[in-house]
Amino acid sequence: MRLVRIEAEGHKRYIASMYTTELSKNVKPIEAAEDPALVEAFEARVAADEFIEPKDWMPEAYRKTLVRQISQHAHSEIVGMLPEGNWITRAPSLRRKAILLAKVQDEGGHGLYLYCAAETLGTSREEMVEALHSGKAKYSTIFNYPTLTWADIGAIGWLVDGAAIMNQVPLQRTSYGPYARAMVRVCKEESFHQRQGYEIMIALANGTDAQKRMAQDALNRWWWPSLMMFGPPDDNSPNTARSMRWRIKRETNDELRQKFVDITVPQAEYLGLTVPDPALSWNEVKGGYDFGEIDWEEFYAVVRGEGPVAKERMKARREAWDNGAWVRDAAAAHEAKRAAKAAA
Amino acid sequence: MPSLPTIEKDVEQRAKSAPDHGAFDSATAGQHDPAVVDYCQRLGDDALILGQRLSEWCGHAPALEVDLSLANIALDLIGQATNFLGLAGNANELAFHRDVLDWKNCWLVEQPNGDFAQTMARQFLFSTWQHMLYDRLAGSSDQRIAAVAAKAVKEVAYHRELAADWVIRLGDGTDESARRMAEGLDWCWRFLPELFELDETLQALVDRGIAVNPQSFEDDYRQAIGAVLAEAKLATPPEQRPILGGRRGHHSEHLGHLLAVMQYLPRTYPDAVW
Repeated sequence: MRLVRIEAEGHKRYIASMYTTELSKNVKPIEAAEDPALVEAFEARVAADEFIEPKDWMPEAYRKTLVRQISQHAHSEIVGMLPEGNWITRAPSLRRKAILLAKVQDEGGHGLYLYCAAETLGTSREEMVEALHSGKAKYSTIFNYPTLTWADIGAIGWLVDGAAIMNQVPLQRTSYGPYARAMVRVCKEESFHQRQGYEIMIALANGTDAQKRMAQDALNRWWWPSLMMFGPPDDNSPNTARSMRWRIKRETNDELRQKFVDITVPQAEYLGLTVPDPALSWNEVKGGYDFGEIDWEEFYAVVRGEGPVAKERMKARREAWDNGAWVRDAAAAHEAKRAAKAAA
Repeated sequence: MPSLPTIEKDVEQRAKSAPDHGAFDSATAGQHDPAVVDYCQRLGDDALILGQRLSEWCGHAPALEVDLSLANIALDLIGQATNFLGLAGNANELAFHRDVLDWKNCWLVEQPNGDFAQTMARQFLFSTWQHMLYDRLAGSSDQRIAAVAAKAVKEVAYHRELAADWVIRLGDGTDESARRMAEGLDWCWRFLPELFELDETLQALVDRGIAVNPQSFEDDYRQAIGAVLAEAKLATPPEQRPILGGRRGHHSEHLGHLLAVMQYLPRTYPDAVW
């Protein structure tokens, strides 16, 4: 029998990496129902860096972890269209408008290939969308913060897409083939997104006092939430070890976060902006920056759905879905009529 | 013959690295011809206002695939607007610093999105017209206009096809979708005559071979629209009293609100460069 019964451990823990911040139960099989020989062969293939394909045998827990990770990533792309979409109609030049529109369209495209990748694991897009709308599925905490000024569009490209790239580049070598291949396409576009964000920041940093103020304020508001995107510290990320063994995850939350800080701080300096962390200092010994304590209470509150604009984001997604129901019904009805006509 | 000042070596050096933006006088040629400027603004304004309207859908469409195709059309239209407004002058200046009376777009494109059926009715009626127009405009005696139209006609062919597919799908879908589609068409129908209006400015440009006389393809247009509506099992709406004025700056109430949103940043920070 392939089905594994799973049971939640007593208290809630968090598995969280970029875009996958679900408040998840730490699952473990209570019955060794899977054939140990199959499990062993699977583990050996993964350890040898082979790709696992949809038709291959895989442990149920691997499948579930992947569905959760990939669908959360897809949801993050879709919800992530909202904070930036908020500025397409107000972009300050024709060029900026076209670039932003193209970027947000890319995010939608990423959502589409990620949903397709998750579907290869046996979960339909409708099920995933329903899980998002019911609040059961999560998406990246970062998209629960508001975009107040045009500088936020620069800061999102620079910091949020920058953080996403850190996480996604290693996922191009993740063990599940369809996910890895989706990430190759995603990464190509993300680096363009980050450049466009930084370019907006450069224009603002070289601009008027009002523009400089906007830029600094955006950095102040987006810095800490960007660091939180990498998920809780390693000592509080219980599933990391298993996900790393399975090559679903390739670097730990803290390793990625450190890399991000080390790359981003000099970029802020180049802009003449101040990173809002008085504890930030260069550590010669480790060859990286030391930085202040992250407010994990805020992170967990946002994971719970209490972020500043979490209600707005979910309302917008549900309304789009509900208001579009008649359109999807009509498309299905029309398709059925055509099929009937073709069969007649 | 008087001797010319010698061109020194350092001037030669500087010339090598001097910026170069295209042919002599190409940037400003059209800008000295008020009729051409006016025509390019009409073309550019139609594209920009509809692109702006479509981008309001971003993140809110009935399905992800639809979201992507609406954004794609919006992107094409903003590109076309940038090109046509660039022929009329400084494209950004024109986009962000004109008030209602100076906008020359037609009424159809500034109509609110409404529901998805109204958006598709507007797109179908406009893209079919724009496709027929650009197809002919690619033969304009003004090379620059011809070049922009020739490039854009391929994009617009896709918009036209996509919108027609949706009109058919919704018209011949469910009772609700057919009702909504009919309402969307009814909303837009009174703005069609404006698309075929031939005023003095346009007539003069038609005579010079620069502009296309829209009346030359009105019959084709009506036929093409009728064919799609027939396939969609929708009745052609009865003629309504025409609403005109957009080309002369007289618009609906909706345009001012659209501009308020679109122009807010450059107007709030007039000294800023973005």
